[in-house]
Amino acid sequence: MGLKTFIQGWPVYRQLTGTDPLGRGAAAQSARSAALTARTETADGMARSVCPYCAVGCGQRVFHSDGKVTQIEGDPDSPISRGRLCPKGSASKSLVTSPLRQTKVRYRRPYATEWEDLDLDVALDMIADRILAARAETWEDVDDEGRPLNRTLGISSLGGATLDNEENYLIKKLFTAMGALQIENQARI
Amino acid sequence: MAEAHPVGFQWVMEAKKRGAKVFHVDPRFTRTSALADTYLPIRAGTDIALLGGVVRYILDNELDFREYVLAYTNAANIVSERFADTEDLDGLFSGYNPDTGSYDHASWQYEGQEDNAKVRGTGKERDSASGLEHESHGEPVPAQAPRDETLQHPRCVYQILKRHFSRYTPEMVARVCGIPEEKFLELARAWTENSGRERTGALVYSVGWTQHSVGVQYIRTGSIIQTLLGNMGRPGGGILALRGHASIQGSTDIPTLFNLLPGYLPMPHHADHPTFDRWVDSIRHPGQKGFWGNSRAFAASLLKAYWGDAATPENDFCYGYMPRMTGDHGTYQQVLNMIDGKVKGYFLLGQNPAVGSAHGRAQRLGMANLDWLVVRDLFMIESATFWKNGPEVATGEIVPEECRTEVFFLPAASHVEKEGTFTQTQRLLQWREKAVDPPGDARSELWFFYHLGRVLREKLAGSTERRDRALLDLAWDYPTHGPHAEPSAEAVLKEINGYEVATGRPLNAFGEARDDGSTAIGCWIYSGVYADGVNQAARRRSRHEQDWVAAEWGWAWPANRRTLYNRASADPEGRPWSERKKYVWWDPDAGEWTGYDVPDFEKTKPPSYRPPEGASGPAALAGDDPFVMQGDGKAWLYAPSGVLDGPLPTHYEPAESPMRNPLYGQQANPTRKIYEHPINRMNPSPPEPHSQVFPYVFTVSRLTEHHTAGGMSRTVPRLAELQPEMFVEVSPELAGEVGLAHLGWAHLISGRAVIEARVLVTDRLTPLRVDGRIIHQVWLPYHFGTEGLVTGDSANDLFGITLDPNVLIQESKVGTCDIRPGRRPTGPPLLDLVGDYQRRAGMTPDRKIPLVTTDAAGGDDAAGSTDEQSPAAHQDGEPHA
Amino acid sequence: MPDANSLYGPLDPAPDAGWVEAPPRMGFFTDTSVCIGCKACEVACKEWNGVPDSGFDLLGMSYDNTGALTANSWRHVAFIEQPRPAGHRTPAFAGDPTGPATSPASAAVGAGTAPDTGTNPGLPPGRPEAAARMAAGPEFLGMPGAQPPGRDSGAETRTDFRWLMMSDVCKHCTHAACLDVCPTGSLFRTEFGTVVVQEDICNGCGYCISACPYGVIDQRKGDGRAWKCTLCYDRIGAGMTPACAQACPTESIQYGPLDELRERAATRVAALHERGVPEARLYGHDPTDGVGGDGAFFLLLDEPEAYGLPPDPVVTTRDLPKMWKRAGFAALAMAAAAVAAFVGGSS
Repeated sequence: MGLKTFIQGWPVYRQLTGTDPLGRGAAAQSARSAALTARTETADGMARSVCPYCAVGCGQRVFHSDGKVTQIEGDPDSPISRGRLCPKGSASKSLVTSPLRQTKVRYRRPYATEWEDLDLDVALDMIADRILAARAETWEDVDDEGRPLNRTLGISSLGGATLDNEENYLIKKLFTAMGALQIENQARI
Repeated sequence: MAEAHPVGFQWVMEAKKRGAKVFHVDPRFTRTSALADTYLPIRAGTDIALLGGVVRYILDNELDFREYVLAYTNAANIVSERFADTEDLDGLFSGYNPDTGSYDHASWQYEGQEDNAKVRGTGKERDSASGLEHESHGEPVPAQAPRDETLQHPRCVYQILKRHFSRYTPEMVARVCGIPEEKFLELARAWTENSGRERTGALVYSVGWTQHSVGVQYIRTGSIIQTLLGNMGRPGGGILALRGHASIQGSTDIPTLFNLLPGYLPMPHHADHPTFDRWVDSIRHPGQKGFWGNSRAFAASLLKAYWGDAATPENDFCYGYMPRMTGDHGTYQQVLNMIDGKVKGYFLLGQNPAVGSAHGRAQRLGMANLDWLVVRDLFMIESATFWKNGPEVATGEIVPEECRTEVFFLPAASHVEKEGTFTQTQRLLQWREKAVDPPGDARSELWFFYHLGRVLREKLAGSTERRDRALLDLAWDYPTHGPHAEPSAEAVLKEINGYEVATGRPLNAFGEARDDGSTAIGCWIYSGVYADGVNQAARRRSRHEQDWVAAEWGWAWPANRRTLYNRASADPEGRPWSERKKYVWWDPDAGEWTGYDVPDFEKTKPPSYRPPEGASGPAALAGDDPFVMQGDGKAWLYAPSGVLDGPLPTHYEPAESPMRNPLYGQQANPTRKIYEHPINRMNPSPPEPHSQVFPYVFTVSRLTEHHTAGGMSRTVPRLAELQPEMFVEVSPELAGEVGLAHLGWAHLISGRAVIEARVLVTDRLTPLRVDGRIIHQVWLPYHFGTEGLVTGDSANDLFGITLDPNVLIQESKVGTCDIRPGRRPTGPPLLDLVGDYQRRAGMTPDRKIPLVTTDAAGGDDAAGSTDEQSPAAHQDGEPHA
Repeated sequence: MPDANSLYGPLDPAPDAGWVEAPPRMGFFTDTSVCIGCKACEVACKEWNGVPDSGFDLLGMSYDNTGALTANSWRHVAFIEQPRPAGHRTPAFAGDPTGPATSPASAAVGAGTAPDTGTNPGLPPGRPEAAARMAAGPEFLGMPGAQPPGRDSGAETRTDFRWLMMSDVCKHCTHAACLDVCPTGSLFRTEFGTVVVQEDICNGCGYCISACPYGVIDQRKGDGRAWKCTLCYDRIGAGMTPACAQACPTESIQYGPLDELRERAATRVAALHERGVPEARLYGHDPTDGVGGDGAFFLLLDEPEAYGLPPDPVVTTRDLPKMWKRAGFAALAMAAAAVAAFVGGSS
């Protein structure tokens, strides 16, 4: 920045020489204010999404930069929501970027009083072992009259209404194949 | 609606702007009431009395849309002479079996069909919540039934309906609901005046209707009104269920529910469905009319999608692998089984039962008695920390050092960190694009279950156990991508849509389903979401670039129809009922149905079509049978089967009520599901003695600022600060009676728990004058728990477990309690307080809850009453002047 | 010397503040008759502008747990429970066995709460009397007695009830005293005619706080700077809608050129009057009022005081020229006296 530009940028100079002698408007605008733009304009990308709270299905636009969500707001194109969001939908960026979110696997040993860390792959493997053990222990092949049951009542699952259709599909398919009947979700509540 | 679905409410405001009148019925004055034209405070749990009053008003004044009713409903059908109504049997229908607490439906059938109907003892159906199968289709009924088009036959549905509701007068509505007659009449007038050829009225409900021991019948009553008034299948009409989770409709359609398979196919029952053929025949009545007649193809295609190459026509598509139900395996039965040590492992997938389910203490004690628990969530929720921070740790009921449950908390990916579809409350599937990667160990459920399945199959490789075949033969190879080997959600969606096995070509509609193994379909009602090989759910044509139906935004099941049964928007000849309300109509020149929406009818079947003798399936439906997924193509004012607690809705008191049923000797739903478990003590209701120990009615619901059990709102500062504390709303009259001060503390006691809350004394609540006495109601939000930025006691802890017999949903919108000023005790004295109330209320472990409270059922076990004459009513004193 | 008009009376503020070829003046029209009190505006504002929380306290002011516009809450939804007729609507509790109303008493209790909003002056305890009046309306006859609610001996019963909701915001006055007194030039008039605190300039002197006739401006503790609604200066500069108006589910908050909004508001009031809502009136729309009209104005269903708004706000710097003039006379008088003394002394 040359000296002249510097001086011309000086509010007092602008006030004295410009259209804003009282220095309340154009002359008072700071360099930061002059350079302001909406961060949605400069985002790396925008994903068309849907609000994760209730079942109205409001359209969301998820703006992101450098792999981080920078703004979530209503999608004006949506015939359902016309770009509007309720307080929960409006808080979606805070929801997904919350520092309170758990990002590490936590493990509580039987009889323990505190959490400990656990590797994700190890956790997956341990869970698989426990499923097979519970299944073996509680498997019911046939009923009293010899009719097939093919099931375990030793395993339960609850939840699905906050998840995707594709996820519910795999959950139901896998549990059914392992003979786990006791699969339920919020729709029962 | 403004409270829990504010963005949906914009359309109510839009309607208001165009002159619509808005009525709001709610126990408390909410943000919806503030914008409504008329607000009707109601005693929680009495909606059938109110709606029944409207039915009577319509019938008595002959305000039904007669042409519609005659053509499109079963009003003219003649019912068996063996049928006896609740008017005859003091609140019971014919066929009641006091031993099983369920009905035999034979006498409910149409005349001449008593024997060929699928007559069942319905206890089994109750245990398997078979009512849920009707989300996509009606109960099978034989094709032909005798009718009297003059509606004069004393046993025609119209006359039965009239008699059934004859005592639901405005006076009775006032007596039961506490709604003054003038208010009731204002509602009835407005509803009927705004229905008909030129106008339609819409009915909107939420879990305030479903979470009752007679919840399905609430919605049935609404359906009867909307059908009588001709408001179904027409623009601006209908019954709109506002559901509360982003894809709760999707998780019902593709059910993570014990009794259903995708597309509302029933989970096999060990006794009823020993073979594939028996299973399929139970779904479609032989010779049945309508589209559900193709169910064999849907069933075969599902098994083909599950077991791929291993599933062949010769082995009944691996039907032998399917697990079988033997009874009730629902979530509440599971929890009681956990307490009894029968369940080893439990997965929680984005659900928080410690706060969100009825009887929180039972939930937490159940979890404390598992071998292992897997919690997958965004945040650390109460259901993951019950062993550490739960209320039972404070009372000494759970001692961390003695609690053996091994807990795995696995962080989940959020909605912006994965792609996939949600199905919203009007059956619309919308695909979400992924924005960013999930942080740290967070993964999608798609990732977790795909890799869990992979690991299980690897561990079982080479197993010769018969039980492992179903896992090893499972079609489980989905393409993956990225550093974490994320499975392709689109590949799964394609499987859900269905494809031709030989070529992999995605199917365009469920009509292409075959029963010979040549098609595989994950969920037949979703067939078409990948039509032409295009992800139709990802369509985002702007609302500015299409008409108001917006058919090119997302994709709605079935077949992208936005309004179901829209053939009913035209008259029997296929002409719009009126120019104002035209939607779908017959174009005689083109010889096809056309309109703004995808016609919910065979495109080229003319209105004049009449089925030939002996036709079945879709061909058996006439050109003026709009309700195509019903067995007879008609809307049912009277349900000869399929609804377990009666062919018609009847007012029963909630399972916990401070008062005697003013309409019948039968107090509560005689078929409700009761769990007599030591932990599940229900407060006494008349005619049982001691109901005055719990003199107040409480109800719970959502606040705009929070979501369900709080896991996605009490953790977010922006929301937590807006409703930062647990509170209870009381009327000034109750505050005066009990001595409660605004912003002071109160505690509430039920037979299960005691919880505390800050008090809001507000004019938004009112006492009600009901059956000559004053009833006070209090309201609580149910969002609070022990984790998160803002914490508080959980309202759902107050509830016991009693379920609707049709769908096994709990009664958690009404219960009885006591309320006292000040904070609750802590530690063991808290248990003493609950124990004291239980003693005073006679809630001993050996107490039997009387299911039948009228003598009309006959037999000795009908009474169960010790105090029939004076229902132990708690007199609240005179109304304030 | 500035034109007197720059400080009082009707004016297009952006050109007056030196913006050549300024775009039309932009503003908010908040129609409280369709507000559902969802608070989406509060949240959307905080999400966009990165505004911190303002404390986790139950205030007991109906469903309002924000309390006021502060440096940490740039939109504030007020909730007023009133046992008064709701226009043309059927009385909410007609026929119910109700006693006297509790709204004034509860409002008075709520007014006594003074949570820490993390700002200064933040939300000091309100005046119970005033809060009770907001709830009771014009018939208010003084504070309710010491009796607990429901035990009053009064014979009246409440049948009428209404629940007013209103999303409040900085008014972006035509004559903005905050701006006029700002010694650093932090507060400035944008090309859209809005009033914005520039966070890179503000030094936290606090002059603007007492200057604001609406009590909107407030300082953030620790930071010391003044913060308030910018009408999303960054968004509107990019042709976007401010975050609150974008989110508002029922179009209670409308954004646009002020001229258009004023026309729309007049039409809306007329429509409401026609539909039997005679209590509908505009607030802050009049360019001849004490602040030269607001850039953010409202449709209200009661007197402004019921919503906690000043009935007749006046720009606090209105009398500045007059004051200068009076100061000038005073100086002259002083000089004259001195001269007289001189003369006297010599005589």
